[in-house]
Amino acid sequence: MGMDSLRLRFLAALAVAAALVVQSGAAFAGVGQPSPWQVGLQVPVTEVAEFMHWFHDGLLWIISIIVLFVLALIIYVVVRFSEKRNPVPSKTTHNALLEVAWTIVPVLILVIIAVPSFRLLRLQLVTPPADITIKATGHQWYWSYEYPEDQNGGFAFDSNMDANGQPRLLAVDNEVVLPVGKTIRVQVTAADVIHAFAMPSFGLKIDAIPGRLNETWFKAEKEGVFYGQCSLICGQNHAFMPIAIRIVSEQQYAAWLTEAKQKFASTGKAPMAVASRADAVSAE
Amino acid sequence: MASTAAQAHDGHAYPTGWRRWVLSTNHKDIGTLYLLFALGGGIIGGFLSILMRIELQEPGLQIFANGQAYNVVVTGHGLVMVFFVVMPALIGGFGNWFVPIMIGAPDMAFPRMNNISFWLTVSGFCLLLVSLFVEGAPGTPGFGGGWTVYPPLSVTGHPGPALDFGILALHLAGASSILGAINFITTILNMRAPGMTLHKMPLFAWGVLVTAFLLLLSLPVLAGAITMLLTDRNFGTTFFDPSGGGDPVLYQHLFWFFGHPEVYIMILPAFGAISHIISTFSRKPIFGYLGMAYAMVAIGVVGFIVWAHHMYTVGLSLDTQRYFVFATMVIAVPTGIKIFSWIATMWGGSIRFTAPMVWAIGFVFLFTVGGVTGVVLANAGIDRELHNTYYVVAHFHYVLSLGAVFGIFASWYYWFPKMTGYVCPDWIGKLHFWLAFIGANILFFPMHFLGLAGMPRHYVDYPNAFAGWQYVASIGSYIFAFSLVVFFYGVFVAFARKERAADNPWGEGATTLEWTLSSPPPFHQFETLPRITGSSH
Repeated sequence: MGMDSLRLRFLAALAVAAALVVQSGAAFAGVGQPSPWQVGLQVPVTEVAEFMHWFHDGLLWIISIIVLFVLALIIYVVVRFSEKRNPVPSKTTHNALLEVAWTIVPVLILVIIAVPSFRLLRLQLVTPPADITIKATGHQWYWSYEYPEDQNGGFAFDSNMDANGQPRLLAVDNEVVLPVGKTIRVQVTAADVIHAFAMPSFGLKIDAIPGRLNETWFKAEKEGVFYGQCSLICGQNHAFMPIAIRIVSEQQYAAWLTEAKQKFASTGKAPMAVASRADAVSAE
Repeated sequence: MASTAAQAHDGHAYPTGWRRWVLSTNHKDIGTLYLLFALGGGIIGGFLSILMRIELQEPGLQIFANGQAYNVVVTGHGLVMVFFVVMPALIGGFGNWFVPIMIGAPDMAFPRMNNISFWLTVSGFCLLLVSLFVEGAPGTPGFGGGWTVYPPLSVTGHPGPALDFGILALHLAGASSILGAINFITTILNMRAPGMTLHKMPLFAWGVLVTAFLLLLSLPVLAGAITMLLTDRNFGTTFFDPSGGGDPVLYQHLFWFFGHPEVYIMILPAFGAISHIISTFSRKPIFGYLGMAYAMVAIGVVGFIVWAHHMYTVGLSLDTQRYFVFATMVIAVPTGIKIFSWIATMWGGSIRFTAPMVWAIGFVFLFTVGGVTGVVLANAGIDRELHNTYYVVAHFHYVLSLGAVFGIFASWYYWFPKMTGYVCPDWIGKLHFWLAFIGANILFFPMHFLGLAGMPRHYVDYPNAFAGWQYVASIGSYIFAFSLVVFFYGVFVAFARKERAADNPWGEGATTLEWTLSSPPPFHQFETLPRITGSSH
């Protein structure tokens, strides 16, 4: 019986820990990057990410209650129907009502989950009219970005991890700079193998696939520097090709564009209108 | 004496020595070979995972020279555990041992095919081990592109022959499984004892039957996909190369058409075994037997039409994602039926907490935890945040490492006295359980936090913020590893003490046919077929 009470105490501790996790998820989260001992999602800075937070919090409640319910049933059964407490087993093997109930109730829970889930999906996948379009191309092992000419850009640059920068493994030499409060369309492709463009605090992840032009969007509601990392295994330095986006005011963005056009003029990359077509397939 | 003479006369003298094992056509001997093989595979796969945990214990590079070496180990760990530990243990090992006995058959339908099936698995494993040591990416040994082997990383990214060895390893393992599947399907459909209708068949046999169909239908698709990969790599085709009109995403569709049923292939036999264990030690028949059997069938069928939920971020259209969200969530319903039926089987029972029973109860709880995070990930909207993060790693280790592997250990302690004829002390099995339970939870639960915070998979090094939970996870993995020392100690004690096991050590709750035989069973059982009476469920 010592084993049983030990098990009870351990499971109770687990339950308390789970409840704490639900409560404190947001409190520890960092802005634009992870924080030590973080247990929840990163602070959202777009409407999509906020929706995802709300949805995930709801799901976490539902799944936590389900797990605790199952746990409570198991504990009850283990205590109540042990050999000592219940020496003569029942022979019940059917209960139509119960069996229908545990089929129907999960269906209802899933329907309740599906409603916001489909709304979220629509919000993510239907790109609203974009103010600015940029193109991100994954390479082994860095990202390059293009700003189209017809949006006062016309330059491209590579963004490599800054080996000595902070935060470690997230800082890059050339950040992507974009204005706050504007709808940004990001076209994503890759030059060699598949990579994935991800920005947790924007609720954004899309694969960068050679020969395919993927598209996603965001509208950042806060200024700051936000970090993401390549999210599909791509070889030796997969862990070392971060994504950094600096969100600035519109004036600062205009100033940066002027500066960037000069700074990146010498990179030799042909300026292009991004919206035309991916030309990322490397000639082999 | 007359029967012995008759046997000798028929040329049925039992083989001994190396002939018995290498040329074996006996389902129990082949089952034993599979289990020993899976133990060996488990030691190698587990060793690789400990290397990963040592590397990840602290930020910065610890023991690997670079990310490629780390990814080779990750890939090796995944492939070994899936193809050469879990599948051989559950299907080849316990399936071979107990499906014929449970259905009252003398052996498998195709005993020689059973033999080649086992040795193909061994050959495949050898090729996979070779692949770790030959050149893959330029200048480095092994293939480091993940167990999913996505092109173009698996084509242009690894020009060396490592992946060619890997592909051939998968071909052999796949051929082995297809032959095994044919054998199980034929055996179960044709060789049930008189009176054993499908609706009276033990749930473990049901689990293996559904699994065999999944193998038979999904593995040829994998074989096609990796053959196309092989020709892309070596013969200039461009199935998956956009510069020649191919599409890397096509490979992902083909792979996951196999890959998703594969995860059920790994868990369905465990489902069956857990049902028997819970029923035995509750001294109660299985609750809702037909619901349990058809829940497995439903999981198998639906498992074939949900594959693209592994691909929500490749750029699928809105409607496609909607469909796969819907279909994936459907799977939660039959899975829920199984969880609740297990609890209902215990309800009202007279439960004895033996080692196999505590493993089975642990399985039910931990599989629930892994199952509900599956519901979270089914939703493309939130999967976009969690895809390819540690949340996914946590999810599939809860259903596989804490699901399938707990199922394997539960089955091991349940059937150990039957297979060996020896008793393994119960306290060792329980100590093993508690160490594994605590270790595995400390190992995998924090991975949910890492994933929510955004840590991607396949990372040799990570931003310092992730260091805390990574350290905790590493500690958990060492506890889990230590539990295996206890496991082997138990096996050692059983064979050293040679305490004879009763024919039915578990009492009246154990009602399936294996408990009517001696422990260990005779070399050939059921020379007179048993007659199954009693009502259908």
